[in-house]
Formats: sequence, structure tokens, C-alpha cells
Amino acid sequence: MTKKTMREAINEALHQEMARDPSVIVIGEDVSGGAGGSSGQRDVAGGVFGLTKGLLPKFGEHRVIDTPISESAIVGAANGAALAGLRPVAEIMFSDFIGVCFDQILNQAAKFRYMFNGAKAPLVIRMTVGAGRSAAAQHSQSVHSLLTSIPGIKVVMPSNAYDAKGLLLQAIRDNDPVMFLEHKMLYNDACEVPDGDYTIPFGEGVLVREGEHATVVATGQFVKLAVAVVDKLAEEGIRCDLIDPRTTSPLDEELILESVRETGRLVVIDESSPRCGLAADIAALAARKAFFSLRAPVVTVTPPHTPVPFAPELEREYLPDAARIEQAIRSVLAP
Amino acid sequence: MKVIREFEDRVNTECLTGAIPGFTHLYSGQEAVAVGACEQLSDDDFIISTHRGHGHCIAKGCDVVGMMKELHARRDGLNGGKGGSMHIADIAKGMLGANGIVGAGSPIALGAAIACKLRGEGKVAASFVGDGASNQGTVFEAMNMAVVLKAPKVFIFENNGYSEHTGSSYGIGCDDVVKRIEGFGIPVFQADGFDFFSVYDAMAKALEVARHGGGPSAIYCTTIRYFGHFVGDPQLYRAKGEVEQYRDESCCLKNFRARMQASGELDLASLDAIDNEVGALIERAVNEARNAPRPQPEDLLKNVYDNY
Ligand SMILES: Cc1ncc(C[n+]2csc(CCOP(=O)(O)OP(=O)(O)O)c2C)c(N)n1
Repeated sequence: MTKKTMREAINEALHQEMARDPSVIVIGEDVSGGAGGSSGQRDVAGGVFGLTKGLLPKFGEHRVIDTPISESAIVGAANGAALAGLRPVAEIMFSDFIGVCFDQILNQAAKFRYMFNGAKAPLVIRMTVGAGRSAAAQHSQSVHSLLTSIPGIKVVMPSNAYDAKGLLLQAIRDNDPVMFLEHKMLYNDACEVPDGDYTIPFGEGVLVREGEHATVVATGQFVKLAVAVVDKLAEEGIRCDLIDPRTTSPLDEELILESVRETGRLVVIDESSPRCGLAADIAALAARKAFFSLRAPVVTVTPPHTPVPFAPELEREYLPDAARIEQAIRSVLAP
Repeated sequence: MKVIREFEDRVNTECLTGAIPGFTHLYSGQEAVAVGACEQLSDDDFIISTHRGHGHCIAKGCDVVGMMKELHARRDGLNGGKGGSMHIADIAKGMLGANGIVGAGSPIALGAAIACKLRGEGKVAASFVGDGASNQGTVFEAMNMAVVLKAPKVFIFENNGYSEHTGSSYGIGCDDVVKRIEGFGIPVFQADGFDFFSVYDAMAKALEVARHGGGPSAIYCTTIRYFGHFVGDPQLYRAKGEVEQYRDESCCLKNFRARMQASGELDLASLDAIDNEVGALIERAVNEARNAPRPQPEDLLKNVYDNY
């Protein structure tokens, strides 16, 4: 095994799956990048964050499709290509732009199977999510809660390079529409990633740390931060289960509930808004199905109910940080 | 035009040193379009910009110091440090915002045009549209609806040759964007995007249509961007020397100077005096921006709603 960044792991998954399965295509703005430029060079960008680099020279223009700026047509075309038997992987650079093509997700992709008597629509939409780069309110949102609330689509949120590769291979082979959410702050994070083929099933969370005092559920970029806090508290003898659900739809309810039934205390850390968000959803799950095990009110740690600000100090204020996470864990432990 | 050029050059260096956070897209090279168009408008007319919005803001009369503070994410910046480069706005100046969503401006400007029509004071709204943005469905929808509603709306198409890393020759399927716009029933006035006067004259014709109940019209300009798509873009998709050649041969500022001198309207000394004044203004803007207060934690929850 070798250490790979999340960027490299995702790129490798795309290379391997396109080589294995000729029905996989990649489609999106600048996915090679450079078409029609005066230098005559193609594949200069490989997507704005370089995730699709090298695919064009290997697989050619029929399978690696640069598009005009037309998200509605990109996702619509992915929908149609999937119904026609391909396995498209569409890229929406910033998940914020799904605003432009939401009909194709909400009313089309999500409902084909249900409305069309079991029709398959095996498509993936890759998109970057999250705050942390001062990209302001239209380039920093976390849209997973919004997407998770739609029946018919699956939502994947890898928090490290290993999971990203295995989950993406699963996403492309999956027969349902999958939203694959890549956090911008994780692209350069590296860990051991197998060179070969492996998939991670959807709906299976992972127990990142084990402990009996409290259950901590974290998603996306906060898994890393939660690990640091949980490890720090462990030095004091406060031991927590730390769970990364990895997919929010389906959600590994059992893993969370089993842990809560043991610890009786739950903290959920998530980047979407506090109203109707994933953290609220998981808190409600505990209230519905593990109420009598709970020994303290569930605490959620999320940004406030506001758009994402531009100024770096406000963005830091907006995002949960180690201090808030630590304080939240301590608060559920307080007698 | 000079203010925009100097502003963008300074913003470039301020970004590279890390004083300006986030993503920034510079307008240098395209100044004649923004200024040519906006010189024909008053504060009561509306414009809406793109993600490359500094030039349009300055041309519409936004406070340059306030803009520089906003880019530096300061509390007394034009948007209180919450918007940044991609969302600079000043509603009082009729500037309905730079926009991070490509194509989103066209229907919004259409709405402003509807407001102008309703009030009957002969005001107009204009949207700036890049060659890449011209492929968005929202722009097509806004064009058709503007025709249907006979809205006093000017669509200003700015083709700078690229959308991000993709050449417009690839991204636009037809050979002639002008015909595509005309296909909606919109008259198009073509202008040379390197020449202030050419854009200025085209805008006059567009306003003639709009202010007299003729509905929407469009201006189509070809131009160039000097910098990459965003600050930090290595631009491998561009031929070596392309930008230098344009800077040499097709600079709207050089064109303007030459024209002024030839016509005798302004002599060299007055032009230099203006340049010096601009230099001092930008210097002051940067100094004030660097020393301006940063937002406070309580600002995070301000302006989410009317009541907080
Ligand atoms: C809906 C949407 N899609 C994609 C983007 C990413 N993006 C930002 S600018 C840009 C290119 C715009 O090209 P053009 O309209 O020609 O304007 P230019 O950058 O050349 O000024 C793209 C694709 C975005 N901001 N919004």
C-alpha cells in the first residue's frame, strides 16, 4: 500500500473503473480543461481541483466530455445516458451549482426507478462541498442534508482517501443515482490506499474510535477534528465511540443506535445548517429508537442558521472547531 | 478604465501576498466594455455583474475604497466583509451585485427591467454576460422573456475568448453568437471591446431602443482577459505570448490615450495627471483596507433576516 491524497485516490478510482468498464463516461465543465484554447493543449486542468486529470489522454473525447457551462444539461444528459445504459460520472464543480440543475436531481434522477417500474439510472454526480477557503456564500455550502432528504438518491460523504476510493468505485457500480460529495478541505489529506480494486458498501458506517462514555458522530471534514478531540479526551480517561457514517443515505442507523444504547450520550457534529439538517436527523433517530438509553440530552454541533460568510474570521466562527466539539462532549458527560 | 486597471493590478498582488482571501477573478483587459456601457447609465439604472465583477462595480460608480476593504474582508467593506470579490454589490448605485453563479444575473436584471418599465421613468437594466455564461439556460430564458415582456433590458455579451480553461470556440456550438441572440428577436449592436467609444456608441443605440419602449437589445463585444481565470491560474491552455501581444497591440487604455491626443480633447499632461490621481487613490484604498477593522463574531448572525 502507498499513501495517497484524497485527490489521488479519487483520480485513481476513476482511472481504474473507466479501464474496467467501457460504459463509464465522465462529463462536466473543464473535466479535461483546455478545449479550444490557443495553446492547443488539452487536459490542462482535469477539473478545477484536478480530480479528473489524465483521463482524456487515456480514454479519449468520447468518454471524457468537456461541456459548456450548462449544469442543467450536464445532469440531464447524465440522467439520459444512464437510462440508455451508460454509467456516467458527472461533475458539478461546486455543489452550490446544483441550484441550477436541481430539477434534474429532485424530479428526474431520484424518481426514475420508482415511476418507471424499476428502471435503473446508474449515475454519479461528483461535487465539491464545504466551507474553509473563504469562497463565500455561493461556493461553500454543505448540501448533503438537502440531498439526503430526497428519496431515491444515495448520498456519500467520504472523510478520507481510503474511503473515497472504495466508495467511489461502489458509487459507479451502484445501480442508483449517487451524489458523491467531496470536501474541499480534504483533498490534500493522505492515508494508506490500496492500489487494487475494492468497494465499500453503502450504509455501513465505521467506528473510528471506541469508548464507553459517549457516542460522537461526525461527518466529512469534522471526522479528522473529532479524532483529535476524542484522542485528547482519552488521555483524561474520557473514552468515546467515534462514528463516521460515510453515507448519509442510506444511513447506518444500527451502528449509531448500538453505540448510543451503550454510552447513553450522543454528540453529533455536522457542517449543514442546524434546521432540518443531518445532525437534527440523527438526534431524532436517537430520540425515537434509543430514548430510554439516553442519560443526557443529545447535543448537536453545527454552524448557525446563516449563509457562509466571506471573511476568514467569520468563517472560522461559523464552522465548529475543536473547542466547541470538546465542550459539547464534556457537556453530555456532565452529571 | 485606469481606475479598474490599477485596482486589478493591486488586487492581483494583494491576493498573491495573501492579504486578500478567497477566489478572485480579475477584469483587466476588458475595461472598455464596463466603462463604455456604464458611462451611459445613471445611478437609477441597474446593472448586474458576473463573477468577474470589479470592473463593472467601479464603472457603475461603487466606492473604490469600500470595494478594496471588502476584498480584504473588512467590517466596513462594501458588503460588511461577508460578500467578498464574487458578491460585491451596491444597490444604491444600481449595482445589483457580482454573482458567483454563472448566468444567474440575466433573469435578475430582467426583473429590474420590469420594475423600470412599471415605474415608467425611462430607466433600464443591463446584465453582463460572458461567452461561457451565454450557454446557460437561465440566459436563454431571460432573453425570451425579455422579448415577450418588451422589457427595457440590455444584454451585454463580453466574449473574452475563454470560460475558465475552455476556449469559447469549443464551448459555443454555433459560429455566430450574434445570430443566436437575434434568433430570440433581440437586436444586437456589435462593438469593439478594446475601444471605449465603440462600446459607448453601441450602448447609446441599445438605450435608444430600451428607453422608447422597444424592449430588450444586446451588445456583443469581443475582448480579452489579461490574467488567468482566477488569481493563481497557470493558463497552460493559452499560447505563449498571446497575452503580451494583446497587451501590446490591443490595450483599451492605449487606444483611449491615442484617440484623445489625436482629437486634441486631452493632452498628454492631463492624461498623466489623471493617471497619477488614480495611482494615489488605489494606494489610499489599499492602505485604508489594510488598516480597517475586521468583522467581529457578532457580525456572523447579522443580516440573515430583517430582524437579525
Ligand atoms: C452555475 C455555475 N457554473 C459554473 C461556475 C464556475 N465558473 C465560474 S466562472 C466560469 C467561467 C465563466 O466564463 P465566462 O462566462 O466566459 O466569463 P469569464 O470568466 O470569461 O469572464 C465558470 C465555469 C459557476 N460559478 N457557476
